[in-house]
Amino acid sequence: MIRIDSVTKRYPDGTVAVDRLSLEIPDRSITVLVGPSGCGKTTTLRMINRMVEPSEGTILIDGKDSRQQPVNTLRRSMGYVIQNAGLFQHRTIVDNIATVPRMLGWGKEKARARARELMERVGLDGSLAKRYPYQLSGGQQQRVGVARALAADPPVLLMDEPFSAVDPVVRKGLQDELLRIQDELGKTIVFVTHDIDEAVKIGTMVAVMRTGGKLAQYAPPAELLSSPADAFVEDFLGTDRGIRRLSFFPSAGLRLLTGPVVAVDATAEQIAARETAEAPYLLVTDVDGKPLGWSEPRQLTAGSVDIGQLLPYGRPFVAGTDSLRAALDCAVLSPTGWAVGVDTEGRVAGVVSQQAIGEAIRGAHAQGLTDAPVPDSKVG
Amino acid sequence: MDGFFDIPSDLQHSWLGLIGLHVREAGLPVLAGLLISLPLAQLCVRFRWLYPPVLWVTTVLYAIPSLAFFVVLIDYTGQTELTVMIPLTVYTLVILVPAIVDGVRSVPQETIAAATAMGFGPVRRYIQVQLPIAVPAIIAGLRVATVSSISLVSVGALIGNQGALGNLINDANIYNRPELAVNAVVTMAVLAILADGLLVVVRLLLTPWMPSGARARRAERPEPEVAAR
Repeated sequence: MIRIDSVTKRYPDGTVAVDRLSLEIPDRSITVLVGPSGCGKTTTLRMINRMVEPSEGTILIDGKDSRQQPVNTLRRSMGYVIQNAGLFQHRTIVDNIATVPRMLGWGKEKARARARELMERVGLDGSLAKRYPYQLSGGQQQRVGVARALAADPPVLLMDEPFSAVDPVVRKGLQDELLRIQDELGKTIVFVTHDIDEAVKIGTMVAVMRTGGKLAQYAPPAELLSSPADAFVEDFLGTDRGIRRLSFFPSAGLRLLTGPVVAVDATAEQIAARETAEAPYLLVTDVDGKPLGWSEPRQLTAGSVDIGQLLPYGRPFVAGTDSLRAALDCAVLSPTGWAVGVDTEGRVAGVVSQQAIGEAIRGAHAQGLTDAPVPDSKVG
Repeated sequence: MDGFFDIPSDLQHSWLGLIGLHVREAGLPVLAGLLISLPLAQLCVRFRWLYPPVLWVTTVLYAIPSLAFFVVLIDYTGQTELTVMIPLTVYTLVILVPAIVDGVRSVPQETIAAATAMGFGPVRRYIQVQLPIAVPAIIAGLRVATVSSISLVSVGALIGNQGALGNLINDANIYNRPELAVNAVVTMAVLAILADGLLVVVRLLLTPWMPSGARARRAERPEPEVAAR
């Protein structure tokens, strides 16, 4: 465990970058430091591997003062990923990744074999091994940066705004990849970002810092969204924290109706039988059970459904796996106000109304008062 | 153009001999200048305040005419090649020091931070990261220094037989043989072009990691996304 114990960083000109900060960073989890620019989050990160020396206070790593071992030994025991990757442009990808193992005295072949293994782990094609960094896209370079940090299998990974310089689509991919790698490797990760959405998405614990290097709140993301400590944190979380908090409520509790669902090749009797008081609309599916769109029952003619006339069904949520946020989003996107739940193959599992989702949210809130939401549900 | 290669005997060298002497008198000062500039530039990078005064001194030294250097040096080193090469060495500093400083400084902050975080000490970081990345800038400086040095060797004629191809111009005057001056100028120009080309080849060999000019390699980019460096 990394323990930051009332650490202050004061520069010679009197600026205080970090002010009596205390944090306990749990093992094998992702701890995110988040805050506006100038809040001292990067300084805090760099004090952990002593790229910045604290003015006061101590940092304990597994109970030992970080100043007890030689600085370069300490640094080689912690992987470091930086914005824009900071790759060595004069070395090939495989040699970039093999840097720390080589410094630790591994043989060339062993280090390169390890590098190739890591390329696979971070989702890079082996054919890129002999390329130089300029031949890779920004997202690929960042993956190399992660692989390089993991090369010597350090227990700790320090990540300084690693995904800030890539576009949103690539960033989402990199975040998902990081969560996947973390599931496999279980590193102690300290992650700095200014993006609260990123913090909430990947963090097991989130430390919100304010200008002047003070800790504003240290909590799991769901707790941060439900009960911000003060106006600063609430403001920093943004306006739609209520909606975002729904990401932590699983959709497994929703009661899905299979009544108002008909196949496109249904007979007139089948359509008539589906016309229930439960729903004003019927969801039409193709022969495989995948959703096509909504329709009023009386506009459906057996055998000749005009697919172009169907109302859109939004973006279906995966029933049970996705969060209530995804379910609500689907209901809001459809003009009928009903959400479509699908199984992992995309076949309709059932439909649910906005009202039912609203009830589920109220139920989850009532439950949330007694026990904390499951963090596993935040994949959605 | 009779006697184009018929070198007067007072020069004590064949045409090829003159070229050899010229290359030596021009090349050694550039090498010596590089050896002085590398540590000097590193000091300027580490201690920022040192760079402006160093730049000022190298510029002032560059402004001293070679004749003035010769007058002082001749008491110590005589009418030798060394007397010619010392001022030439000094002159290269004004080009090489800024080239190396700018090259080393142009290494991205992220790269330096990443190296530090991976446990590179300052010396290892300089030799294994900063210097290799500065190679294109250093070679650009070397190209200018080399070409300038090749033309400046001629002033060696002022202290007797040390101007190499420059003495040929002097002899053209003495013996009224203008073809010797043409020979000297053309040979020096060709030498300069060859030396410059050689340095370009050295740069290409040392920097396979550079995207420069390799349009074909650019096209290989797997995604259109701009690599942020």
